[in-house]
Amino acid sequence: MKIKTLLGAFASTIALSSNAYAATEIQWWHAFTGRLGELLAVQIEEFNASQSDFVVVGSHKGNYSETLNAGIAAFRAGEQPHILMVFEVGTATMMAAKGAIKPVYEVMAEGGAPFDPDGYMGAVKGYYTTTDGDMLSLPYNSSTPVLYVNRDAFKAAGMDPDMDLSTWQNVGEALDELKAGGQDCPLVTAWQSWVHLENMSAWHDVPFASKDNGFAGLDTELMLNGPVQVAHVEAMGQWAKDGKFIYTGRRNEGGANFRSGECALFTESSAGYAGVKAEAKFDFEIRTLPYWEGAGNAPQNTIIGGSSLWVMAGHDAEEYKGVSQFLSFLSSSDVQAKWHQNTGYLPITNAAAEQTKAEGFYDENPGTEIAGQQMTGKAPTGNSKGLRLGSFDQIRGIIDEELEAVWAGDKDAQTALDSAKERGDALLRRFEQANR
Amino acid sequence: MEKRVTFKGWLLPMCLLMPQIIITAVFFFYPAGQAIYQSLFIPDPFGLSMKWVGLGNFEYLLGDSYYRASFVTTAVFSILVTVTSMGFALYLAVLADRLIKGSGVYRTLLIWPYAVAPAVAGVLWLFMFNTRVGVVSWYLGLLGYDWNHVLNEAEAMGLVVVASSWGRVSYNFLFFLAGLQAIPKSVIEAAAIDGARFWTRFRTIVFPLLSPTTFFLLVVNIVYAFFETFGVIHTITAGGPQQATTILVYKVFSDGFVSQDLGSSAAQSVILLVIVGALTIVQFKFIERRVHY
Repeated sequence: MKIKTLLGAFASTIALSSNAYAATEIQWWHAFTGRLGELLAVQIEEFNASQSDFVVVGSHKGNYSETLNAGIAAFRAGEQPHILMVFEVGTATMMAAKGAIKPVYEVMAEGGAPFDPDGYMGAVKGYYTTTDGDMLSLPYNSSTPVLYVNRDAFKAAGMDPDMDLSTWQNVGEALDELKAGGQDCPLVTAWQSWVHLENMSAWHDVPFASKDNGFAGLDTELMLNGPVQVAHVEAMGQWAKDGKFIYTGRRNEGGANFRSGECALFTESSAGYAGVKAEAKFDFEIRTLPYWEGAGNAPQNTIIGGSSLWVMAGHDAEEYKGVSQFLSFLSSSDVQAKWHQNTGYLPITNAAAEQTKAEGFYDENPGTEIAGQQMTGKAPTGNSKGLRLGSFDQIRGIIDEELEAVWAGDKDAQTALDSAKERGDALLRRFEQANR
Repeated sequence: MEKRVTFKGWLLPMCLLMPQIIITAVFFFYPAGQAIYQSLFIPDPFGLSMKWVGLGNFEYLLGDSYYRASFVTTAVFSILVTVTSMGFALYLAVLADRLIKGSGVYRTLLIWPYAVAPAVAGVLWLFMFNTRVGVVSWYLGLLGYDWNHVLNEAEAMGLVVVASSWGRVSYNFLFFLAGLQAIPKSVIEAAAIDGARFWTRFRTIVFPLLSPTTFFLLVVNIVYAFFETFGVIHTITAGGPQQATTILVYKVFSDGFVSQDLGSSAAQSVILLVIVGALTIVQFKFIERRVHY
C-alpha cells in the first residue's frame, strides 16, 4: 500500500514536472512526518491532479516550533512560503504580525474560490477568527483531549470497566480501587498544561485569562489560579503523592506507558487514537474528559489543539488565487472526512462530521465521535472559545515547571498557580509592549 | 637570546593577518555587535518593528528570580561537566598510556563518542534512562531504586551532566594522551629508580608536567559547558523538572529560537558573553600562574 502510494506520487511528480513550467507553484511548509506526512502528501497529490494551473509543493520543516521559526526566518529573508502551518500556540504571534500575513478571509474573497467559514465547527473556527468574525487562518488539524480507558486493567483490578468515569469524583474513586487492586499506574497524562489547565478551565466555563482568554485584547492577565483550577491541581497533586497519578513528562511521553498496557487511564489528545489503536494489545475505550461535579458550569465544551494554515504576505495575486483554490479544496467535506477518519483529529467542518456519520464510521469505531461531541455540546462562551495569548509557548513552559513542583510535592497547588500567574503575566506584558 | 623575525613593510604582514581578521570580524565581532544592539530593543519576531527599551531587557531579566537562580544552576552544571569529563578522560588516558599491546584499538574506540552530535547523544541517554521503558532505569528498578528524572531534580542534573560529558571525554582523552606521551620517559624512570611509586610519580612529576594540557582543557571545557550543551538539555529535560537544568545558554536558545523573544535572548547572550569573558580572564590571570610550560 505504502509503496503503491509512493510510486503513484513519484509517477505523478514526473508527469507534473513535464508541464510544471506552465503552472504556478504554491509553497506549503508543514510540520508533519510519518503517517500524518503521508496523508498530507496525498491531499497535495489529489489537488495537483484535480487541476493544471497550480502546483502545490509541500516541504517538511521540522516540528511545530521549527516550522514556525523557519517561516519567520524566511520572511525576514524575503523568501517566505505561501502557506505556513502554525500550531495553535503560535496563533497570537501570527495575528500580531499584521504585515507578515494575509488573512484567509481576504485571500478567499479575492481568489473567488467557494468557501464557507460558517461550515466550520464553532469551537474550531472561533480559535482562528477575530472578534468581528473574520477568519484569519484556515483550521487544519484540530484535536481535543479525551480520556482513554484500558478496560483490561479495570478487569484485572476486579472492577467494572463500564463504570461511570464522567466526573473526576468518580475517577478519584476508580483510582483508589485500581491502586488497591495492584495497578502501578492508574492515571497518566500527556500535555499537562493543555489538558489539565487550559481545557479544564474551558470545560468548567471558568476563565484561563482575562479579556475572554486574550481574545479581547493584549492587556490580558492569567486567571489560571482560580478556585476550580486550584482544586483540580490539588487533587492531582494528592494522586501523584499517593502513586495514583504517574507523571512521565511535559509532552506525550505518557502515551508509551498507556499503549504498552501499563496504565489504566490516560488523558490525551483525540489525535492519539490512531497510535493507541495500532499498538494497544488490550481492550480500550474512549470517554469524555472528566469534569468536577458542581464546579463551574461543567460540562461546557473543551478547546482545541493542533494547527492552522496561515497565508504569508508578499506574493502575487495569481499565486494567491492558487492558494485560495487549494484552501477551498482542503476545506471540502470529502478531504476533511477522510482526514478525520484516518487521524483521529476532529472533523472540523460540520459537513465532514455528518458525512463521517452517514458513512457509518462512528458505528464501526466507537469512541471516535466523542471528541466532536465534547466540542459541540454547547455553544462556546468567552471562557471556552479558545486561548489567544502572546509568548504562550514560554507560558506553557512556566506552567510545566510549576506543575512539576506540585507533582514533586515541593509546592502546594495555590502557591504554584499563583507563581505561574505572576511569571506568565510578566511575559504577557512584554508581548503587549512589543506589539502595541 | 630571543630570535625575532621582523617584516620590512606593513603590506605583507597585513595580508597574512587579513584572513584571520576577516573571519573573526564576520563570525565574531559582527554577531556580537548585533547581539548587543538587539539587546536594547524588543523586536517583533518577523522584524517588522523594533521597540527601543534601553536597558529594559536587562532589568527584566535580572529582576526575575528564576533567571538569577539559573546562574547557580549553570555554575553547578559547568563544574560537574568539566570535572567529570576531564577526570574520566585523564584516568583513561593514564591507563591507555601504560598499555603496550592494543592501545590503538582502545584509542580508536574511546574517540568515537566525540563524533556523535549532542542532540543524538541526548536521545541515546534519554532512551537508556527513560523513566518507564529505559534499560538502565529498568535495572535500577530491579535493584529497588525508582529512577525518575522527570520529577527528581538531582537525577535530572546527573543525567544531563553525564550525557554532556560523555562525548567530551573523547576529546579530552586525546589531549591528555598526547600530553602524557610528551613527558620524557627518562624523568619518570629516574623517579622510579629513586623509589617513587606510581601515585607519587603521578602527583609530583606527571601531573605538573601535564599542567599546560590540563589548563587548556579547563578553559575549553568550561566554554563547552557554557555554550554547546543546549542540544543535550533540549532533548533530555527541556530545562526541567521545574528549572533544575535550565542553564543560561539553554534559556538563550529556548527564549530566542523556541519562543521568539529575541530581545530577551539577545540580552541573555550579552550577559553570557560577559561572564565567559570574565571567567577566561580570571583563569588566565590566576590559574595560568601555576602552569609549568
